[in-house]
Formats: sequence, structure tokens, C-alpha cells
Amino acid sequence: MSLSPNSLENSTITEQLMLRLKVPTKLRNLEATLIIFAMVVTSAALALVDLGATGKLNPPIIGLTLGLGAIVLAMHIAQRFVARDADPLILPIVTLLNGLGIAMIHRLDISGGLTGWQANATRQMVWTAIAIVVAIVVIIVVRNHRVLQRYRYVWMLVGVGLLMLPLVPFIGTTINGARLWVNLGFVTFQPGEIGKIALALFFAGYLVTARDSLSVVGRRMFGVTWPRIKDLGPIFVVWGIAMLVLIFQRDLGTSLLYFGLFLVLMYVATGRAIWFVVGGGLFGTGALVASQFLGYVQGRFAAWLDSFNQENYDAVGGSYQLVQGLFGFASGGIVGTGLGAGHPGIVPLAESDYIMASLGEELGLIGVFAILTLFMLFVARGIRIGINGSDDFGRLLAIGLTFVIALQVFIVVGGVTRVIPVTGLTTPFLAAGGSSLVANWIIVALLLRLSDTVRHQREEAVGT
Amino acid sequence: MIKELNRVSLGIGVLFGALFVSATIIQVFQVDNLRVDPRNVRTVYDSYATERGSILVGSTLIAESIPADDVYRYQRVYHGGGLYAPITGYYTINQGISGLEFAMNDKLSGQSNSQFFDQVMALVSGTDPRGASVKLTVNAAVQQAARDALGELTGAAIALEPSTGRILALVSSPSFDPNDLASHNTDLVLSKYASLVNSASQPLINRAITGDLYHPGSVFKLVVAAAALDSGVMSELSTVPNPARLKLPLSDSSIRNWSGNSCGPENSVTIATALRLSCNIPFAEIGAQVGESRIHDYAEAFGFGATVEIPMVVSPSTYPTGMDEAQLMLSSFGQFDVRVTPLQIAMVSSAIANGGVLMSPTIVDSVLARDLSPLAPFNPVQYSTPISPATAASLRDMMVAGVSNGVASGARIRGVSVAGKTGTAENGEGQPYTLWFTGFAPAENPRVAVVVVVENGGGAGQSASGNSLVAPIARKIMEAVLAQ
Repeated sequence: MSLSPNSLENSTITEQLMLRLKVPTKLRNLEATLIIFAMVVTSAALALVDLGATGKLNPPIIGLTLGLGAIVLAMHIAQRFVARDADPLILPIVTLLNGLGIAMIHRLDISGGLTGWQANATRQMVWTAIAIVVAIVVIIVVRNHRVLQRYRYVWMLVGVGLLMLPLVPFIGTTINGARLWVNLGFVTFQPGEIGKIALALFFAGYLVTARDSLSVVGRRMFGVTWPRIKDLGPIFVVWGIAMLVLIFQRDLGTSLLYFGLFLVLMYVATGRAIWFVVGGGLFGTGALVASQFLGYVQGRFAAWLDSFNQENYDAVGGSYQLVQGLFGFASGGIVGTGLGAGHPGIVPLAESDYIMASLGEELGLIGVFAILTLFMLFVARGIRIGINGSDDFGRLLAIGLTFVIALQVFIVVGGVTRVIPVTGLTTPFLAAGGSSLVANWIIVALLLRLSDTVRHQREEAVGT
Repeated sequence: MIKELNRVSLGIGVLFGALFVSATIIQVFQVDNLRVDPRNVRTVYDSYATERGSILVGSTLIAESIPADDVYRYQRVYHGGGLYAPITGYYTINQGISGLEFAMNDKLSGQSNSQFFDQVMALVSGTDPRGASVKLTVNAAVQQAARDALGELTGAAIALEPSTGRILALVSSPSFDPNDLASHNTDLVLSKYASLVNSASQPLINRAITGDLYHPGSVFKLVVAAAALDSGVMSELSTVPNPARLKLPLSDSSIRNWSGNSCGPENSVTIATALRLSCNIPFAEIGAQVGESRIHDYAEAFGFGATVEIPMVVSPSTYPTGMDEAQLMLSSFGQFDVRVTPLQIAMVSSAIANGGVLMSPTIVDSVLARDLSPLAPFNPVQYSTPISPATAASLRDMMVAGVSNGVASGARIRGVSVAGKTGTAENGEGQPYTLWFTGFAPAENPRVAVVVVVENGGGAGQSASGNSLVAPIARKIMEAVLAQ
């Protein structure tokens, strides 16, 4: 019997299901093998954390290991049904990052004396489960990504709405100086995290249709073709939104993330680097003006440029946290103190904003390199999906989603390693935080869907 | 679109490259700077994470680390409070460490090279790493006797074994309780430290080996006499003129003997008589004959000018250079710019007691591993041979006469021949004296060399002398050794 997809369509549904489970596909088997590897590393990390910090193995790590393993396995099985040709590396990479994050959060729970439902690791595990269930739903429901393009203006409204939600009185909440949270009583989340996906969908959908007028028409001056004023509309709108975020939500990172995403998609869609000049100039001017008038932006810059100055160190919202994080990195050195053997808990927010400093302390430079390499691998797979994309919307979406992750990693890790000023974003997959996990797992699901479409089409083309 | 995608991926590569570079800079090249930053509490935590070794006197622990239920894991405890504080020093979270805790820190913390293998084994076997313990040469009874004998007086006392250099007692008074500074409550430590530092009596200063250094007064005559005899410039039979008053060359001032009269009834005087009666004028004359450079050489052979480590660092004692004749004369009875630590004077006595061989003074008997087996057993080290056995014997006899028939009579012990030399150093017009005694016993086979110094004339202004106040203190310390 031939095993081409076409032959499967002739049998009954039950037979199909049985076949799909039994029939080995190279990609999914590779994925399964790599997931096992990721889970081995995760459980080893959890065990080392317990041994290092308490000297013995404790029951919670079994729950964490089995919980993550089971839910990732569910995602893997779902793909065997609905996305058989999806990229085999993305899920294992993300599993490993998510697992290492849980291990480090568990480690910080130990030093903070948190157990049971108080423990951040337990909540992170529950959020991981919720996030992966959402991802499974996405990959099952969204069978054809082109459908998403139709709703581009819906995505715009959803995106802007989510972004502005924290500004709504009563439910908007300010945490650590940034108004990025919404408190619904039973749960607190960052709508902006989900918003970034909606905006990526909108930007990709909008630019596919608007790219021609944006790239072709214009007036040549100083050797470059300048866009028409009326075509500049969208960039001003997005710039305005970014500035609103900067001023009212007091968050440079989120603002930079959205605007950076928009500029990159503009560039990819139109092929004109001038957008970087125009956009970069707009954002730079905005940030500069804001830094003159907004105390917190000024403080962030001072804390970044002169971190070790005692005045900045002692200032409210100053460089204390950053400097303590740097001390953590330094005490890790090249090989790290070993899991459970350092003092990452000294740094405030060690389990969320500063989880890279925690990992850097206990896993050393080697660990930091390994984690950054995992992110780079993820990004490389995402860009590959974009390059191989069958249609422009798919390409733009893939690059948009991938770039969001890449830029977010840069903004957060760059902040804690003093490349750029510290901002209030979370490290994707690693940091404690539910909204971030759900959003990033949705990105994973969409990228898997896109990659499945890419290969599926190629296979069909070869098969017929 | 492919071209743009490739460029975007290149851009992302640059962004990640910046992260790789910055992480490398922080975790490789800035590590040392970041680790020593006083705001980095990890460095302190790390030093508390290993069980610090104990400090022992005999088989008694005088300092140990016991498990603590806080972030520092171990609490340093000092048994005996101020008795051993000048030796152990203190070990604080936020105000540094001092004394033996500082000098032996690499051993106590388990970071020394010789303990590297132990550290690796501890890592492999999963046991907590632990520092080595340090056993002192100090004798508990002698230390207690010295502390009691000094009482409320401000000053210092040292007893050591001339044949080995082992320090049997080291007292600096007033002392402090290092437990106050070992607290894990940093605010408490800060305020206690501030009150100790600002105290007029300066209890944190170890007067036996550091501090502002003292004028030695007449105890320095031992060095001048040693130089005169050993260099051959003078013999035991040589004499110098014996006036009751000597005008200093090129100066309006003149000097007197302690008695105010001539040094004995004769017209001329020997070194022996001058030393026994501790006369200033003959020593000024002897010093002028011997000359600055010879005295300087002998002073250096006794340890002047060198940084001795016991293993706590001892401030170098100074013998001035480039003096005119008047200054040379003044310095020859321990005035002008001669400045000493009590330990330096103990080294002079010790060399004379040990037949001219100076043993390196030390307070560490041995370094002990976890099971208290010695990692490094005691090994006496010779410091120098400043004088010949013959010179040493002559000086010994002169010092014995000083106690039995001279101005050091306060140190006499029934049935034991004691060698001794007093000193009453002037500190300027109207200032109280610094009172000294140094010596050893039994003279024929010395078991202990001792030095005692008391500041501020022992509270008696200019009326007390080395003999009346300090020699009896030294006697009690020597008796404690001889009673062993």
C-alpha cells in the first residue's frame, strides 16, 4: 500500500486515525526523540536544583516533570493528526526553554520558601498547561493560515484594544511602575502579550495589500525614493500608539517591541530600507523627548549609563536591581555556581524579569550561551519558515511572529546585561508569567501551522 | 522578499551577537571588579557558606563556627571574649576581618592550595566543604596570667619560648569582645564597630604588634650593648667616662642619668655597670663610639626595619638613619626617633636568651585537617643570628645582675635566676612615661622570654618606673611559664 497522503483519504476516518498514529513519519519521530531529550534535560535540571539547594529530591519535581512531559506529548500527538509536516525542532526547543524556566523558578521557590500553590513553579506549570492547550486549539482550529488574513482589521481592533486595556480604570493595574497589567479579580494578566500577536497578524495582513502603494509610488530626493505623505499614515498611527504606550503605560520595552515589529514588516513587505530611517528617527525623537519630560525614562537611562553610581543605585527605580543582577552573572562566571548552589534570590524579580541573571549565576556563561543559542535556533527555524513560505501573507506572518520573539529576547536580555536600558518585558518561555506563556505558545502554534503548510504543499507538489 | 528576510536575519544575528559579547564581558572580564564591589553580598555569603575552621589553644576551641539558621549558614563564636581577641581578631559580615582570622583566612576558609584536593573530594562526596583549623602555640594558663597581671592598665605583654619562637601569650589591653562584631545583624555590627573605633582607648588596636609604636627607652640599650660587644669596638673591660651631666655636641641641651648622679662612684664605667644601673650618659658615649651604621646593622639583624609575620603582620620597628652625633647619643638610650613594637623587644631578649640565635616568632603551632590531623606540623624557623654565643652570654650575665643587683629588681623570682632590663621612655615634656620590662628566665636555660609595656606611666604620670610597676607584671608571667 502506498503511504502518500492521497491514499489515506480513501479509507474511513477511524482507519485514518489509526494509520496516522502508526505510520511513522520521519519529522514527527525526530520531534519525539528531541522532546524526550528536552525532558531528560529538564528533569535533570529539576533534580539538580533540589539536590543543590536542599540536598535531597523532593516530590514536587515529579509533578513538574510529568506535567510538562504529558502536556507536551499531547501537543506532539495533536500534530501527528493535524500538522504532520510541521517543523520538528520548534516544539523541542520551546519545551526545553519552558522546562529550564520551570526548573529555575522552582529553584527560586526553594530559596523563597514557597511551596504548594504559593510556589511560582506550580503556577508556571499550570500556565504552561493552559498555554499548550490553547496552542493545541489554535493548531487544530486554524487549518489554513490564509483565513487569518481576511480578519486583518479585526486583529487591528483586538490588538489596539488589548494594548489599551490596562489604561481602563478599575481593571488596569500598575506593577513595578509600568501599567501593563489587567486585574480581573481572579487573575492578573498582561493583555499586551496577546496584543502583539494580533498586531503581527494585522501588520502582515495590511502590508500584503498596501505594499505596492508603499513601495512603488513616491518622489525621489537626495537619491532615495521618499514615500508620499498620505502613505505615511499607518506609520504615524503605529508610532502614535507606541508613544501612548511609552507615556501612559510607562513601558519603553513594549513600545519598542511593537514599533520594531512594524518597521521590520514594513521593510520586508516593501523592500525599502527608508522605513527604518523614517521610523527609527520618529521613535528615537519620541524617546528622546520623552526622556526629557518623563522622570522614569530619564531614571532608566541614568541607571543604564552609570549603573554603579551610588546615587543611581539608591534611587527609586534606579540601578539596584540591575547591579545585583550583574553581581549574579559575575558570581556565575564561566561555568556557574551549579544549580541550587548560588544566591539568585537576592535579585528582586529573579523569577521573571531577571531570570536570565538567575540562570547566568547558576549555569554560568556556558548556560547563557546555550540558552541564547536555543533562542537563535528557534529564530532560525522561524525565518526559514518565512523564506520557504508559499504566500506573502504567510511569509510576513512568519517573520513577524519570529521577530517578536527575537526582539523580545534582545530587549530583556540586553536590559539585564546592560546593552540597552532595562525595560519591563518578560523573557519568552523562561520567565514566570501566564500571559507571556500563553502568547508565546500561540506563536509556536502559528509557526508550526505555517511550517506544516509549507512542507505539505511541497510534498503534494512532488506527490502528484 | 527573500533578500529582505536574509537581511532581517542578519540584523537579528547582530542583536544576538551583542548579547553574547555583553554576557562574555560581564561573566569573564568584569568578574573580579564585580566580585569585590562592597555592595555584592554574594562574596560575603560565599565566605560563610563553608564551615570556617576553628582556632584552638591546646585542645580548647577559642573560635569556632556553629550552624546558624539564616542566610549566612554559620555563626562565628569566640569563647573567652576579650582574652584572645588580640590574637584571633574579628570576623564580621560588613566590617572586614582582622587578626589571625585575616592572616590565616585562606586556611580557615578552606581556600588554600594545600586544601584544593579536600575541596574537590568534598564536592564529589557531597559533604559540605570545611576550612582547616588552626592550633595556636599559646598556653592558656600563661595567657590568662598575662591578662590578669596587666589588669586594667593600657599596654601589652608577650611571652615566647626563645628556643623555638613559639608565642606563649600575647595580650593587648584594653581588649574587646569579638562576638559583638560577629553578629549577623549588620546594623548592630556597624554601631558596635563605630563605638570601638571612636573609643579613646583604641581597643581594636593590637598594641603588642601594631599601633603607633613606642619609644623603647632603656630597653634599647640591649641592642647598643650587643652592637658594641659583638662588633669588637668595645670589650667587657672597656670603660667610658662617667660624668653626672653630659652636654650634647653642637647643642645647648645636656643629658642626665636616671639617678641624676654619675653611674656609680667610679670615674669611668663599664658596659656591664651601665646596663645594670641603666645609665643614659655612658650609653650615649658608647653609642657615639660604636657609630650609627654598626648599631643599624645589629638592629636589622634583630628584626628592625623588617615586616615580621607571626602570621599576623607586625609593624616594622625603626632605627633612624642619617643622625648627627647628638641624635645618635639620644637614640643610644632609646629616645629620639627609635620606635619599636613590644614584639621587637621580645625578639631582642629572645635572641640573647637563645645564645645569639633568633628564632622566628610565631603564634601558629599547626594547621589541622577536618579530623584534627595536622596538615602542617610545627617547624621552628631560625630568623637570624644577630650576635655570637659569647656576646649573648655576656649580655645575659649583665641582665641577670640587673635583676639581682640593679634597677630591675622587681622581677626577682625566688630560687630562679632571672635576666631583665627595664625601660622608662620619655614621650616629651610633661608627658607620662612609657614603662618597659623585658627579660627571660631561668637565665642559664631560658624557657621564657617576656616583654611588658605599659602606656601613660600606668596612670601615675612621671612617678612610676619600669621597675616599680612593670617588672612585677613580667615576673608573674614568667612564673606562670615556670609553673608549667
